[in-house]
Amino acid sequence: MENLSVLTHLDYTLMIVAIGAALLGTVSGALGTYAVLRRQSLLGDAISHAALPGIAIAFLLTGSKTPLILVLGAAIAGWLGTLLILSIVRLTRIKYDSALAIVLSTFFGFGLVLHTLIQRTGNANQAGLDTFLFGQAATILERDVLTIGLLGGVALIIMLVFWKELKLLVFDEGFAASIGFPTRALDILLTSLLVIAIVLGLQAVGAVLMSAMLVAPAVAARQWTNRLRLMVFLAACFGAFAGVIGTIISSTASRIPTGPTIVLCATVVVGISIAFAPNRGLVWERIRHQRNRRSLKTATDRLLK
Amino acid sequence: MLQGHFDIQLIAIVTAVACALPGVFLVLRRMTLMSDAISHAILPGIVLAFFLTESLSSPLLILAAAGTGVLTVLFVELLQRTKLVKEDAAIGLTFPALFSIGVILISRFAGNVHLDMDAVLLGELAYAPLNRLKAFGYDLGPVSLYVMGTILVINVVFILLFYKELKLATFDASLAAALGFAPTLIHYGLMALVSVTTVGAFDAVGSILVVALIAGPPATAYLMTDKLSRMLILSAIIGSVNAVSGYWLASIFDVSIAGAIATTMLLIFGLVFLTVPNRGLIAIARRRTRQKWEFAQTMLVIHLFNHEGLPEAEAESAVAHLHEHLSWNPDFTTQVVKYALNNRYVSRKETQLTLTEHGRAIAQQALVQ
Amino acid sequence: MQPSEPKAIEVTDLTVAYQDKPVLWDIDLDVPPGVLLSIVGPNGAGKTTLIKAILGLVRPAAGNVLIYDKPYDAQRRIVGYVPQRGSVDWDFPTNVLDVVMMGRYGALGWVRRPGKKEHELAMQALEKVGMEAYTTRQISQLSGGQQQRVFLARALVQDATVYLMDEPFQGVDATTERAIVTLLQEFRANGKTVVVVHHDLQTVTDYFDWVMLLNIRRIASGPVDETFTPDNLRETYGGRIAFMK
Repeated sequence: MENLSVLTHLDYTLMIVAIGAALLGTVSGALGTYAVLRRQSLLGDAISHAALPGIAIAFLLTGSKTPLILVLGAAIAGWLGTLLILSIVRLTRIKYDSALAIVLSTFFGFGLVLHTLIQRTGNANQAGLDTFLFGQAATILERDVLTIGLLGGVALIIMLVFWKELKLLVFDEGFAASIGFPTRALDILLTSLLVIAIVLGLQAVGAVLMSAMLVAPAVAARQWTNRLRLMVFLAACFGAFAGVIGTIISSTASRIPTGPTIVLCATVVVGISIAFAPNRGLVWERIRHQRNRRSLKTATDRLLK
Repeated sequence: MLQGHFDIQLIAIVTAVACALPGVFLVLRRMTLMSDAISHAILPGIVLAFFLTESLSSPLLILAAAGTGVLTVLFVELLQRTKLVKEDAAIGLTFPALFSIGVILISRFAGNVHLDMDAVLLGELAYAPLNRLKAFGYDLGPVSLYVMGTILVINVVFILLFYKELKLATFDASLAAALGFAPTLIHYGLMALVSVTTVGAFDAVGSILVVALIAGPPATAYLMTDKLSRMLILSAIIGSVNAVSGYWLASIFDVSIAGAIATTMLLIFGLVFLTVPNRGLIAIARRRTRQKWEFAQTMLVIHLFNHEGLPEAEAESAVAHLHEHLSWNPDFTTQVVKYALNNRYVSRKETQLTLTEHGRAIAQQALVQ
Repeated sequence: MQPSEPKAIEVTDLTVAYQDKPVLWDIDLDVPPGVLLSIVGPNGAGKTTLIKAILGLVRPAAGNVLIYDKPYDAQRRIVGYVPQRGSVDWDFPTNVLDVVMMGRYGALGWVRRPGKKEHELAMQALEKVGMEAYTTRQISQLSGGQQQRVFLARALVQDATVYLMDEPFQGVDATTERAIVTLLQEFRANGKTVVVVHHDLQTVTDYFDWVMLLNIRRIASGPVDETFTPDNLRETYGGRIAFMK
């Protein structure tokens, strides 16, 4: 009898964690689509690393570990990092990739310095940093799910409301501006949504692997469809799927960290998609190629006869 | 303790210079993010080699890492070649996957072995001098100094030997290929170098901050010079200054050395970004205000020049209506006219402006360039 | 103010600079309604910049642009734009019909989605450019000429009075070239004004009735037979023009 109650309790925790991971996967998958289409796949990597000092400062200022406050700090730092990258590229001869690398690594380093300061005051431990680096889906609580659901839900709703405008921005910015849409403001909006997806996702997969959660579902989804609507939907599904399966796998065996497992699940989905997706998939391409060659050969044979 | 201070700074300097040199070519070739990818993706290679050798400083480890690094680059390029994935997405897919494999391997099978995730990601320079090379009972210094020193020598030799080829492959890959310099070979050589350097630097600064050492000094130097050779030397100097100042920042505030080095990198970059002559923010702002007036005067003389002798000239050169034609603010227009009169670009006859010979020459010159 | 003839586009004293480098110096251009005007000039002459400045996409350092006597912001609805084909990623996940319907986004305004009416307009436009068989085709599977025709159809559904086109003839097949020319003539017949950035000097006299020669500054503009002269061309292109008779 006692055993059974432990089991249901475990199931309940796992369910909460799985719901949290699914929500995170959905949000990062859907919004990651835009990052991939704008060729900003690695901006996510920079934002997620740049978030560390924001989290540390938010904690230093408020002394609170409330997820909402830390998420806010992370978001502000992520935003500042993005702004710095864009200013460096606009004002100097330094190219996008170098600007990204500098901001990513130095912001992170600064965060590390702040973290060691916090550690010295005895307010935090190494586990906090590990969570930031690798995520800890297993510790997602009900209130976290609430935060994720609320913020992620708002981000997704904004994305849906401005669907037509965002699509046009990503596809043809010049045309969008010519018919009167404020492209600068839309750009800021889209980047903000991306920042939200990233700071939420940090908790599940961590800073190091966050970029994969944005990129992998979108790349996989792109192989199955030629429509943006379906691509966003599929990316959200793949993200959720990877989140849930990864969480379950890592919870069944000991010493399998959640973040990397989720990322590997997403990568497997990408591999399958690239290989087998109809039309674009490599396998079909090969088959088509051979069929073409064969028909070409019979045709020439016939001609030569 | 004094010896410790000295050793750590020496290791930091050697590491910084070893990273900065190949970094110059990455920055110029717009491949900096490849170093980010490599530094993460070589983890499984390191882990597997570690299982085999059970030592973190074995040369096999470095070779395995270099191999994985080159494989990463190859894999990214293969993904791109399918045309199903763009370059940035290919990088963003490859390194997290490989890194994840590494992390899982470590936490699954290396739980009790001394291969700490944090050490790999963050590095701990403070412990670097503890592991010392001893021979015949003599202490020859910290092992990592020898490792990084060797890597530095390899980098310097590679760059000296293939300087011409690297330069050509960086600035004009197709010409390099046409001349038979095999840019692909140079490319992979460079990538192998980056991989070796990265794994060597793991010990000191970890895989995330190594990116700061690879990208930071060359990008900073890129703001200061146009010459490749000077950029290499400047990068090495900036890297060294950065390593030492970061170290002292860390000892004063008692914080992570690697983190402090990255932080000072941000400060140094910011300082140069603001103040460097010609390309700094301050210089740009100064030039902008100066050029604003010069440019406005040129616009004025060209405007007058274009309408000179045409029927509408009278309307176009009336002082009172100039701002309407050019859509300038009236005060701004008054100021520009005043400057132009002072410089004798134009002369004023009642309400009309006419070009002087000098002004006409300026207009013609601006239009011809 | 003296009464003047109406002008579809009136550019006065327009100077545009990127950072510190001027790309257009004091440009004046009057385009009367109903003409087909081509802008020609060497690479880097500022042709695309001029189009973008007219559309308000780049901010001028001096000067003014009026469309039918009002600033561009007030006249957006009557201006159609065909950007350079190479300016977008054709691997974007969308199909032909969807791209054409984007031409209605301006009229739709914020948030409202295209509906049945937009669908019909898009179909009509696609028929006009001979692309009605490709409505559900993914845009990356189109040839360069077909992509250009999709962009033209998108401009068509804007139902504009003034059209600005950036290099529509660049790298297209003969079918597309004919389709564009037919379309241009139809525009002229309907009293619409079209400004086209053009690079093929051989076809200027056949396709257009007005021409503007541009090289950082305006060399000349006006009816083709008056303006498209060897002297003006030499001034525009320097000595590098051998193939003109």
